[in-house]
Amino acid sequence: MGNAKGISKSPTGIEGFDELTLGGLPTGRPALVCGSAGCGKTLFAATFLLNGARDFDEPGVFVTFEERPVDIVSNVASLGFDMDQLVDKGKILIEHIAVDPSELEEIGDYDLEGLFLRLELAIDQIGAKRIVLDTIESLFSAFTNPAILRAEIRRLFDWLKDRGMTTVITAERGDGSLTRQGLEEYVSDCVLLLDHRVHNQVSTRRLRIVKYRGTAHGTNEYPFLIDEEGFSVLPVSTLGLNHQVFDERISSGVADLDAMLTGGGFHRGSSVLISGVAGSGKSSLSACFAEAACAAGGRALYFSFEESAAQTVRNMRSIGVDLQRYLDAGTLRHIAARPTFYSLEMHLAVMLREVVRFGPTLVVLDPISAFLGNADQLEVQAMLLRMVDFLKARGISAVFTHLMHSQDGASETDVGLSSLMDAWILLLNRETNGEYNRELYLLKARGTSHSNQVREFVMSDNGIRLIPPYLGEGRALTGSARRAQEARDRRDRAQREHQLQRQTSIIEKRREKAKAEIAALQVELEADEMELSRMLADEENFQAQVENDLAAMEKSRRARSGE
Amino acid sequence: MQDQTNVTEPSEPLKLVLYVAGQTPKSVAAINNLERICSEKMPGKYIVEVVDLKKTPQLAREHNIVAIPTLVRQLPTPIRKIIGDLSDIEKVLVHLKVGE
Repeated sequence: MGNAKGISKSPTGIEGFDELTLGGLPTGRPALVCGSAGCGKTLFAATFLLNGARDFDEPGVFVTFEERPVDIVSNVASLGFDMDQLVDKGKILIEHIAVDPSELEEIGDYDLEGLFLRLELAIDQIGAKRIVLDTIESLFSAFTNPAILRAEIRRLFDWLKDRGMTTVITAERGDGSLTRQGLEEYVSDCVLLLDHRVHNQVSTRRLRIVKYRGTAHGTNEYPFLIDEEGFSVLPVSTLGLNHQVFDERISSGVADLDAMLTGGGFHRGSSVLISGVAGSGKSSLSACFAEAACAAGGRALYFSFEESAAQTVRNMRSIGVDLQRYLDAGTLRHIAARPTFYSLEMHLAVMLREVVRFGPTLVVLDPISAFLGNADQLEVQAMLLRMVDFLKARGISAVFTHLMHSQDGASETDVGLSSLMDAWILLLNRETNGEYNRELYLLKARGTSHSNQVREFVMSDNGIRLIPPYLGEGRALTGSARRAQEARDRRDRAQREHQLQRQTSIIEKRREKAKAEIAALQVELEADEMELSRMLADEENFQAQVENDLAAMEKSRRARSGE
Repeated sequence: MQDQTNVTEPSEPLKLVLYVAGQTPKSVAAINNLERICSEKMPGKYIVEVVDLKKTPQLAREHNIVAIPTLVRQLPTPIRKIIGDLSDIEKVLVHLKVGE
């Protein structure tokens, strides 16, 4: 919209800055970069010029009023620029304008036509499109007539505009005004303010666009970084809560932990907080997350604020987690930086930049509590909120570890992080019977039903295992207490089994005895029966005999009388 | 007490270079003022060269000239520079160490 009428812009090639200004600095117009000493004005200007010459085919003139050309060449070499080569190719021209006030005497009216002639010569010599004036204010210390200087500087800017030069002018920050000599009056198109603040002995560089006529731009202060990769501005945008959600699960790298969650793991894009006291296994657990992400074909980015990469690899090897192969394969990146190395803002900015560059699926920050040493709690919370939002928006899962100083208020993190986190794993280290045992408790896991049990957290060379604790006698036991109790149980069980066996055999014997007795009685019974039936038979025989005898007697009696 | 004794003393002549840019009023004024100073105050004791940087801008770079007009005393050393249209003749003489 309105692009045709909008002002055209020249990219600076400075990472982040061109996005922030929607294209760069205004083409053919002067831009003022102001800031106090040592805040990076010259490097900003040099980067603009060198990138233009190298990447955008716009030759440039570097006009230096202070530093000698050799110094400038060596200064930008530290940012990875080979300025000499560009000078040899005729893409860059360094014009050193040294004015020594001690050898000058002003008598009568004068102007700075000599400066104009020199600039014109330099511009024409290489066909320059860009020009840097660093620092034009030093003219004010060389010449004593400010009225002439002001008129000449105004004329110079108009002249540069007429020639269509995209110009960067650097100026020292003044008291209560942007520049010491009020140069901002002459430059109405674009004014940038660089700042260098030290808080708790940690410095942060910040950039602010004070004015940019005819274009939309961010108005916040943005941290910027000057390192071996050059000058980069790091816009930390705040996002709403409109990020995508995922049903996909990611493994924690600990099968027992996954099993505690219905669905077998955490949701992708969740932020997981692991908190615990010193030595409770936070880093080990987060390394498992990282390993699992790599093993699943993802990429993991591990920010460590305490250990170096080599140290982490060695330590994790002791619990059977081999991170080296993923480091070698390039799917795991380990970045170690002391919290005091940068300010909070800068840490965040650097982390976001690394995330954008590396494109991980999982990010580990180990530990976030390290920041509390040199920053305000609210700031830490704000930083983490932005980090969480940023990662969520990209569907990147995040693991944060947090060192607790005491377990008493275990459910209160110092930074009040709980609400930012989707899941919270609490690692405890409890003393019982003269030994410390690690325990793991899944305090919260949004959108996933999960076990409420405190598990014993055991690290061995085979990795991390979670053992359900001994439950009984109204309390949970862990460690050797658990083992002792289990042994006692085993003994009891054995004893009972033995008892049962003995009882069984006694009863068995008794039964057999009874059976035997039954058999004996049966035999007796049968004998009696037999006796009885024999007796009955005998009785029958006897009766029959008696009858027979009677009949025979009768017969014989009848025969006698009948004769 | 001023002119005769001192002006005769320096054995080396003054070598002066005046840098101007075209025929601007300031440049013209400077040329005129310098001519006057030289002929009136130190006749015969000077060599003057006028350089028009409009024609030879590379000399501005070589000789590090920023302001116009600039008068440079190349000899005797050390080099001294005066910028401006040289309207204050006494000051010019003082600065050129002429007439002390």
